[in-house]
Amino acid sequence: MKRRVVITGMGIYSCLGKDLETVQTSLYNGTSGIVFDAARKEMGFRSGLTGNVQIPDLKNVLSRNQRVYIPEQGLYAYVATAEALSNAKLTQDYIDAHEIGLLYGNDSSAEAVMNSIDIMRDKKNTTLIGSGGIFKSMNSTVTMNLACIFKLKGINLTISGACASGSHAIGLGSLLIQWGLQDCIVCGGAQEVNPYSIGSFDGISAFSVRESEPTKASRPFDRDRDGLVPGGGAATVIIESYESAVKRGAPILAEVCGYGFSSNGDHISVPNVDGPSRSLQMAIREAGIDIRKIGYVNAHATSTPVGDSNEAKAIANVFGDYKPEVTSTKSMTGHEMWMAGASEVVYSMLMMKNDFIAANLNFENPDEDSVKLNIPSVRVHKHFDTFLSNSFGFGGTNSTLVIKNL
Amino acid sequence: MNKQEIVEKINNALAEEFEIEVSKITPDGDIKETLDLDSLSLVDMVALVENVSGVEIKGTDVVSIKTFENLYKFIEERL
Repeated sequence: MKRRVVITGMGIYSCLGKDLETVQTSLYNGTSGIVFDAARKEMGFRSGLTGNVQIPDLKNVLSRNQRVYIPEQGLYAYVATAEALSNAKLTQDYIDAHEIGLLYGNDSSAEAVMNSIDIMRDKKNTTLIGSGGIFKSMNSTVTMNLACIFKLKGINLTISGACASGSHAIGLGSLLIQWGLQDCIVCGGAQEVNPYSIGSFDGISAFSVRESEPTKASRPFDRDRDGLVPGGGAATVIIESYESAVKRGAPILAEVCGYGFSSNGDHISVPNVDGPSRSLQMAIREAGIDIRKIGYVNAHATSTPVGDSNEAKAIANVFGDYKPEVTSTKSMTGHEMWMAGASEVVYSMLMMKNDFIAANLNFENPDEDSVKLNIPSVRVHKHFDTFLSNSFGFGGTNSTLVIKNL
Repeated sequence: MNKQEIVEKINNALAEEFEIEVSKITPDGDIKETLDLDSLSLVDMVALVENVSGVEIKGTDVVSIKTFENLYKFIEERL
């Protein structure tokens, strides 16, 4: 028999704020975290737009020998995870005595790789890279660092599923708990924000060039959208078996009741309708709920012309004549990529727990597909007990989570 | 660089990198103990010394450099 999986803690570090409270306020007020970075233009970027994320100073928090191995996105992940563990009331004593797992989404560590290669090319001496180079450069850098810092002893694995990484991490973690292989897992997603990590992404003309109005550039589902805005940070979600949470008296916030996934088996960057539709259908089927119980859909919609249209078609196909509110929080955050699946669960949780749905900023005119959805351009005050969150990625990887309030 | 300049430059760089008071560094002090070096941070010490002084410390040389005085002398002889 499958075990129930609940969320007992969350943490967030993003362009909307450095903790849950600040992020909740930004969501409520519809405050955009998008800015224009002139330095990117000097580097040859088509678009200088980015999420505004400050690098945390952890000098007095972690030792030198801990910090030297952590890349930018790992710093964000540390802050988000410390907040989540605290909120979940997971003490170090408890962690030391149990096999707490770690599944985190991350799909690049480009700046660290670049820094190492620059030294090799310039100095012709690998020792000068220093000891941090290898640990910062590997794709599993976030999980290797968090596992050592927080002394986690369960599963220890990075999930690399492009822009669905963070969502897959939560989904796969929930399966391990359902089947009794783990009792508690630290899940999440992290995304580096430095320009080096996304220069090649800018190069394929994927980013909005509405530089004169940074806060209006990310406009998911709007007729006049012209591309995504890259962002980042980290989000952590602690998932746990219901029994474990009750036994240790943890705060039980919600239940992960459905995880769906699929692959498009199609184009490397252009999403289709069939793949996402199957992911949504699977998540709803696994949740075993009437679709009309879903009170809010947090869309993947990144503000790209084709992606948003095809997701709108998929949502409309799956939900039929039932039209819950659909928004993309990327209208405020930009696309948080490897982190997005986890951060959007946190954003949706904050809205569900506080009875509102944040505005889909800049949704001024629908197109022929988004007109079929119920997309609020202003904040909606509404109580809902279940939401669905979509995350799709390059290569056609899709992940959908259905989460229920407890 | 004369010996005094080497001592000052190396001590300041090491103290900053390994986050200790510069006063903790004494000529007879054991480098690994003073800087709390493990096998990984030892690599950072070698890289830092090379970046600061321009003197390369090969793997075989590291074994013989135990104290800060050993290190200053090693650098002085190769400048």
